[in-house]
Amino acid sequence: MAGEIKNKPKAPLSYMLNPGHSACAGCGMIIAARLILDTAGPKTIITNATGCSEVTTTQYPMTSYKQPWIHSLFENPASVASGILAALKIKGLAETTNVIAIGGDGATFDIGLVHISGMWERGENILYVCYDNEAYQNTGYQSSSATPLAANTTTTPPGKESLGSTLPKKDMIKIALAHNLPYVATATIGYPLDLIAKVKKALSIEGPKYLQVYCPCVPGWGIEPKDTLSTSQLAVQSGFYPLVEYISGQLAKVQKITKKTPVEDLLKLQKRFKHLFKTPQGKAELAKIQELADKNIKDFNLS
Amino acid sequence: MRKILEGSRAIAETINACKPSVVSAYPITPQTHIVEELAKLKADGDGHYEYVRAESEFAAASIVLGASATGVRVYTATSSQGLLLMTEVLYNIAGMRLPIVMTNANRAVSAPINIWNDQQDAVTMRDSGWLMWFGETNQEVCDLHILAYKIAEKLQLPIMVNLDGFILTHVVEPVEIETTEKIKKFLPDYKPTEFLDVNNPLTLGAFATPEHYFEIRQELHQDIIDAKKAIINSCNEFKKIFGRDLNLVEYYGDKNADTVLVAMGSVLGTIKDAADELTKAGQSTQGGPDGKIGVLKIVAFRPWPKEEILSHLERAKNIAVIDKSISLGREGILASEIKQTVGGEKNVTSFIVGLGGRDVTVQMIKKIYEQAKNKNEEAVFVGR
Repeated sequence: MAGEIKNKPKAPLSYMLNPGHSACAGCGMIIAARLILDTAGPKTIITNATGCSEVTTTQYPMTSYKQPWIHSLFENPASVASGILAALKIKGLAETTNVIAIGGDGATFDIGLVHISGMWERGENILYVCYDNEAYQNTGYQSSSATPLAANTTTTPPGKESLGSTLPKKDMIKIALAHNLPYVATATIGYPLDLIAKVKKALSIEGPKYLQVYCPCVPGWGIEPKDTLSTSQLAVQSGFYPLVEYISGQLAKVQKITKKTPVEDLLKLQKRFKHLFKTPQGKAELAKIQELADKNIKDFNLS
Repeated sequence: MRKILEGSRAIAETINACKPSVVSAYPITPQTHIVEELAKLKADGDGHYEYVRAESEFAAASIVLGASATGVRVYTATSSQGLLLMTEVLYNIAGMRLPIVMTNANRAVSAPINIWNDQQDAVTMRDSGWLMWFGETNQEVCDLHILAYKIAEKLQLPIMVNLDGFILTHVVEPVEIETTEKIKKFLPDYKPTEFLDVNNPLTLGAFATPEHYFEIRQELHQDIIDAKKAIINSCNEFKKIFGRDLNLVEYYGDKNADTVLVAMGSVLGTIKDAADELTKAGQSTQGGPDGKIGVLKIVAFRPWPKEEILSHLERAKNIAVIDKSISLGREGILASEIKQTVGGEKNVTSFIVGLGGRDVTVQMIKKIYEQAKNKNEEAVFVGR
């Protein structure tokens, strides 16, 4: 059911996501949104969690969306999607309409997790997309369970007795796989064709799907707007954020590392990791992060 | 068709006859029999809705929200903790103007955990923007559901129909179950103009800045007040089609009574019995106006039927408001509302009864009647 992406670039106004939104310059999330919504095409209903993706696009009485779109609450886009699908079934439109639920990592990894689990368990033909920018960026950069080890967030600040977040990122992919989903994948805006292909693939598969999209946050991560794409590419090339694709629970595809990069090259672009470069203790944390990336490279055979 | 049915079964059959497209619920005592019956009706091929099993009441409310926003008639039911867990969604549904009809089987709120009846759950949702109605009998409860769909869809307001848990949900009594054919004469097919539609893409649930939020909330407030007129008109139409009365409030007893007892829900039956006995006793022993007693039943808690209440309480000197709930540290919530409505001239007392399923007896009501003449500023608890 995925819409056709024409080879020839279209004028901005032909996108599913109109310009005029208030996302930051260089926002990773809004790039992901446009790629995903355009790929899904007009026969799509979107339900969106509270967060930047909602706040920047739908300031009453304006909207950026050219698809039917609904925001209810922070934690319930999955449940709202279930309701939409049930209504479409009764109307006889379920076979011809994509239903996509969207949330940030806070909505997905934390506050909405039980409802995503419920939706997945019901086996419904819904694509759930997580815009993963690794913290509650909309409320001012607080840590979520998607925040990586040692990151400086406003609730995990470094200090005399702290090196930032003490916890590694929650493995949401394994949680998704534990629900026996027919399709689970990670993607990033740094590799847009891969992201588009994964949206198409996901929408071609019947059943519940999970797509986790790594989206740099310019103010939250403390990066330059020009570095959004390179940051997401470095995350892949360092093994920090592996791009994986599972079909029916089997690892079907990984994005191979073409230019092996130490995680330091990724982290030094981001103010949220700046403190790690200043002290021996910070350097030790950097080593731990490198170990996590190396483990990814080994586990997923990325090199 | 007149049937002898458990209250929950009667509600389920009535809901089924109203032809909802999507039902979603999460089990909680004493609501369970309703959603079990709806599942069974579907299993037997008699219910033609999507039945979505939810992982919590929060999810159930969100699921019917999504379905309603997609333009179909929906139903859910809950009770007590489940209603409270839905809180955030309930406010959202009202703000989004989704015409969702829900049954709430009134039950006490934890702690201590208690599965039995009072009305604390419902009144806690007073300010959510839902219309809230309380039925006295299972017939009235069933009728209120048919009316609820009519009003909800006409005014784009959600409606919570309340019935006392166990006392009504689990009681078996004769109920007229209306057929889909007859209901259709009263309740047309749901045809919304704004919903999630790929051929007419709309954005629902946009965020409103201070520039717009204020008026949107004010409009919801005004529409709830204005709902009264539509309800009265539909009650008249209901009477013509089904032959039964539905009202915002109902008065029972002597029109010139000095003392009027006010309450919501099934306890009205006990209050009317007590009033009858008191009237009879007054005629034989006391006589005179002091022995006269009236009963005011509040069916519509929202919209608040201010004028109707005032007209019935105009002549009353002593008003005893009997609540099965309390604003802790203050008084009964219905009592506060009645006091605000009638003003400071009258002697209004808040009586608290029946919390957590404590039986409310005729003797207790008689005690309340006696105490209603006293000047009690504080809430009076009548436990036995």
